[in-house]
Amino acid sequence: MKIAVLVKQVPDTDEVKMDPEKGTMVREGVGAIMNPLDMNALEAALALKRGAGDGEVTVLSMGPPQTEEALREAIALGADKALLLTDRAFAGADTWATSRVLAEAIRKTGPFDLILAGEKATDGETGQVGPEVAAMLDLPFSTYVSALERISPAEIRVRRTIEEGYQYQILSFPCLLTVLSDLNEPSMPTLAGKKKARRFSLETAGNETLDLPKEELGLSGSPTRVVRISYPKITRNTEHFSGSRLDEGIERVVTLLKEQALL
Amino acid sequence: MQTETTRTPSGIFVLGEMRNGHIHSVTLELTGKGRELAAARGCTVTTVLLGGEFKDDPADPIRYGADRILAVNHPSLEHFDQEIIAKVTAHLIETEKPEIVLAPATTAGRTYLPAVAALVNTGLTADCTGLDIDPETGLLLQTRPAIGGNVMATIKTPNHRPQMSTVRPRTFRIPDPEDRTGEVLHPAVPERLFASRIRNDGMEYLEEQGANIQDLDVVISGGKGLKRPESFRLLQELADLLEGGVGASRPTVEAKWIPYPHQVGLSGKVVAPKLYMAVGISGAVQHLAGMQTAQTIVAVNKDPEAPIFRVADVALCGDLFDIVPRLIERIKKEKRS
Repeated sequence: MKIAVLVKQVPDTDEVKMDPEKGTMVREGVGAIMNPLDMNALEAALALKRGAGDGEVTVLSMGPPQTEEALREAIALGADKALLLTDRAFAGADTWATSRVLAEAIRKTGPFDLILAGEKATDGETGQVGPEVAAMLDLPFSTYVSALERISPAEIRVRRTIEEGYQYQILSFPCLLTVLSDLNEPSMPTLAGKKKARRFSLETAGNETLDLPKEELGLSGSPTRVVRISYPKITRNTEHFSGSRLDEGIERVVTLLKEQALL
Repeated sequence: MQTETTRTPSGIFVLGEMRNGHIHSVTLELTGKGRELAAARGCTVTTVLLGGEFKDDPADPIRYGADRILAVNHPSLEHFDQEIIAKVTAHLIETEKPEIVLAPATTAGRTYLPAVAALVNTGLTADCTGLDIDPETGLLLQTRPAIGGNVMATIKTPNHRPQMSTVRPRTFRIPDPEDRTGEVLHPAVPERLFASRIRNDGMEYLEEQGANIQDLDVVISGGKGLKRPESFRLLQELADLLEGGVGASRPTVEAKWIPYPHQVGLSGKVVAPKLYMAVGISGAVQHLAGMQTAQTIVAVNKDPEAPIFRVADVALCGDLFDIVPRLIERIKKEKRS
């Protein structure tokens, strides 16, 4: 069973701080981690490979050269192959342009029986790249997968966690799935795994390998453009209460509750 | 690709959401928003309804701002199938050529819309909290929280069509219904588009814990300032007194202090209650996006600089373990009198 796992390196979001004066993101000293849901995707891939008795797990990521760290982490966890898609021309890609690169890389390195990815990344939180890649490759896909079971050599049954409960779907291979954290508990890398990862030679590819039209790459190839970054507007006249005035504040809350017939 | 100047406004598509044959309220919220954008752009609004059997009148969205309804009924649309709904939607976009497409950022919309974007080769902006028409270019301005939810980004789709956005339910209010006229059309869709490689294998409906916080008048939410999961009991006591529910910030859900259905924010639920109380929540934009349309906001936090205070009507600055019990006692006293 050949499985591809799409991973993204993201800022360790708990560490992202804003400069209160300049209003910009403080990037210095911000750590980078593998997107947590991609760890669940990798764990599922490794479990399916074990269940099948044979197979190969390939991790793919598009990003700047330092994305290598996330791929080495995946090797330490048990992935067999890693491909880093890096090229200055890829920089600034939106979800469409990112999906274009990942889809082409899958087309060139595949075929795969299954492609797995986290439902969304913690930085962009769009959840769009998985379904876009599937549509570009004309593969059946499912999302919000919180449980899965390979029910036959050719088919997989998934449980999707949606608003009203669970929806079950059966997909035949090849297909693409995006997964939630309920799916499994990602394991920790072993010492042997870490050692292997340090020595492992990663494959890298840029656009000379993918050979996509230049006008479809990166920022200039992205249909969407960020035109402004702003702070949310202050919309309310806040009454502040602290210290000895807290009693007054509590009375104010009670008055508001009465005004709205909530009390 | 055409440039904006050579193009005449070709209308706004609102992709409705059908659940078990009923028109979900997010359809009306987006139809209302579509109407506002159409007024600014000078174009029409078409609400698209794709479903198995309709239990509601498909003409309903007309009263909320739609000029036309495109209704497609087919047995294979009875259960959500991302492959079919993506293909049928892409087909309607290719035949009707709308310049703007608004869709719900529900699990369904967030699943099939990216596939539609790939099929028709255009951009898609997820979870927009603000939508406007740029008066100079006529382009759709899509605003959403960015960089882990700390700032707002405004996004344009300058050259590709349509310009597509998903919007979380309850981000916009349903407008008051009006006496309007419009037409309900049943477009022909090629039968081959209803074929799928995915098999539906049943639903399991769950009584979601805390699921109803979107329908309550009072929501009391807790953040990491609660220090430990047990502190949510204090919030529950206050919520019970006011017949409300308990919400939570993303970090508390990620720390597994409280289940996901309680999560308020961009990656959780958007709520718009009469009273929203944020206890021990600093107020990341990601959280603010989920509650800032509440009628009254009360924030309790020990940090006088907490961003949550900027969107609050009443800011109570101090120790929540002192303030919340005092508020509970005061409300109990009020109820006794």
